[in-house]
Amino acid sequence: MSRISEVSAVAAQQGRKLLIPYLVAGDPDLPTTLKLLHKLVADGADMIELGVPFSDPSSDGPVIQRGVERAIAGGTNLAKVLDLVAEFRRQNDSTPIVLMGYLNPVEIMGYEAFAARASEVGVDGVLIVDMPPSESSGLRDLLKGKHIDTIFLVAPTTTDSRCVQIVANCSGYLYYVSLKGVTGAALLDTESVRLSIEKLRTMTDLPIVIGFGIKDAASARTMGALSEGVIIGSALVERIEKLPSGDSASAQQLADVTEVIKTAREALDSL
Amino acid sequence: MPDMQQDSIGFAGPDSLGHFGPYGGTFVGETLIAAVEELSRVYEEVSKDPEFWAEYDHDLKYYVGRPSPLYLAERLTAEAGGAKIYLKREDLNHTGAHKVNNTIGQALLAKRMGKTRIIAETGAGQHGVASATVAARLGLECFVYMGAEDIQRQAPNVYRMKLLGATVVSVNSGSRTLKDAMNEALRDWATNVDSTYYIIGTVAGPHPYPQIVRDFQCIIGRETREQSLTQLGQLPDALVACVGGGSNAIGMFHPFLNDSSVAMYGVEAGGDGVETGRHAAPLSAGVPGVLHGNRTYLMTDSGGQIMETHSVSAGLDYPGVGPEHAWLKDLKRVNYVNATDAEAMKAFHQLTRLEGIIPALESAHAVAYAMRLAATMAPEQSVVINLSGRGDKDIQTVAKLEGLTL
Repeated sequence: MSRISEVSAVAAQQGRKLLIPYLVAGDPDLPTTLKLLHKLVADGADMIELGVPFSDPSSDGPVIQRGVERAIAGGTNLAKVLDLVAEFRRQNDSTPIVLMGYLNPVEIMGYEAFAARASEVGVDGVLIVDMPPSESSGLRDLLKGKHIDTIFLVAPTTTDSRCVQIVANCSGYLYYVSLKGVTGAALLDTESVRLSIEKLRTMTDLPIVIGFGIKDAASARTMGALSEGVIIGSALVERIEKLPSGDSASAQQLADVTEVIKTAREALDSL
Repeated sequence: MPDMQQDSIGFAGPDSLGHFGPYGGTFVGETLIAAVEELSRVYEEVSKDPEFWAEYDHDLKYYVGRPSPLYLAERLTAEAGGAKIYLKREDLNHTGAHKVNNTIGQALLAKRMGKTRIIAETGAGQHGVASATVAARLGLECFVYMGAEDIQRQAPNVYRMKLLGATVVSVNSGSRTLKDAMNEALRDWATNVDSTYYIIGTVAGPHPYPQIVRDFQCIIGRETREQSLTQLGQLPDALVACVGGGSNAIGMFHPFLNDSSVAMYGVEAGGDGVETGRHAAPLSAGVPGVLHGNRTYLMTDSGGQIMETHSVSAGLDYPGVGPEHAWLKDLKRVNYVNATDAEAMKAFHQLTRLEGIIPALESAHAVAYAMRLAATMAPEQSVVINLSGRGDKDIQTVAKLEGLTL
């Protein structure tokens, strides 16, 4: 059983909702990201989606785009993100790490080299936003051989027949995009999300988590009630934007950033 | 990767998933999949509908002014000193370039699909102008995404789009050029997918765009083929076209792919010289990767970040290239070569002075290479250059390079 499945199973047993923060690796710098990872776990994160910066993040809204630009300006790339995971694992062997990003850096590194290194450093899942299931078999098989989950998104516009194809290819958890548009966009229509999740439940036993547009305790609570958990990305990256660069953030400044995760944890635990 | 060999299907790509050999495909986020699938479905229907093509042909004839002439450039031929040089005069189209062949077709698709809003990305502004033009004609709302850098470089085209009623949206992310404008257009499309049709201007993007844009641009090659048979009594020996994303080149080449006697040359932007790294020549100096929805040759660094490109011509300043070109390179059916900024500038002046035709700086790259090529050929042979656009839009750039202010 993968680390993601283990954590999900334990959470399900305990009636605990999964809380999954997303942040961009290297934003504002890699040492600060490492501190944030540990702090997020301490404040209630069950797993972490670690964004791999790519120069052309066409599925992301302005907040994450700026985070990515800060990370690239500091020279962060896929190889360095993998090193960061290795570093994180020296102190934490239990929290699943999912790499989230775009396909080109993986293509350039090479699928085999990427899968080998990801496995070596302790990556648990991979979510490539611009790699649909129909184009994924090469990478997915290699990752599967290393017991790394390949996670896919389902959008409000995804047809039923396509949902079937996605869940057949997906492992770890299923990421439900709660709105049309890019990351960080506004407004969640609770009723339509509920209906979509209900439909997905008839197709898969995978944990379903909801992301895109969850900003605070209230929206985390609303979406958490409909699913196994929530992903909070832009709201976290917006706070990271206020941090100083050069590995100079104080403990208090880091705590101010992760406050949004702490309050989301409390909101989810009150469900 | 799909198993698609040259000998089993000839050059009749793409397959049903949009692959040209190992290239192409549909590499977009899930939020866009429904939109590209809808477009594929509609296009498959429409491409078999004679009424659709009759309307397209009608618009090309009466609105664009086709067919464009195939012109024997006698003084240019004498200057090069070899094969006869012919120009396929896409510069004479309404709006001044080949771009309109595609926007006319895609606007008809948008109309069929009941979309009320058009978005487009643009680099030099030619595709933006061609999109704003067809939007005005059909009464559709139009938003054109353009890098902040390019807005500075191409002020006359920005104003032209505004005159036509389009909203020009300045893109400040990334390198603030064409690739970033395309990212922003993709984001808009994902957000407004119900009302909006995205007119991609080149043979890149996710499937079915490389196929759709190619099909609409193939009018160039079909006319050239017919005109050659009539005017030359035979097919030309060589075709030369500039390649940025590659839409004018594929439009010229595709109808000749099975004519093995016709050699083809795609001319990339060599910038300061491919060896300097300051260029926009992914087929000459790039590696396969994934960008903007397809797998193709890209200019990317060892960490997988897309690199900034350089060319004197904004229309060639793109780090990728259409996936069909990537495939034709691997199959060795088309020769991909390059011309530097300096060579293009020289050809720009030569064509202007010798023939009284001011070419777009993009097309000047093709002229530069064709003159080199013609010199190595015999006088009874012939070379056709796709003169993809006119240079009125570039006169400020040229003047500035020569230290003049207009």
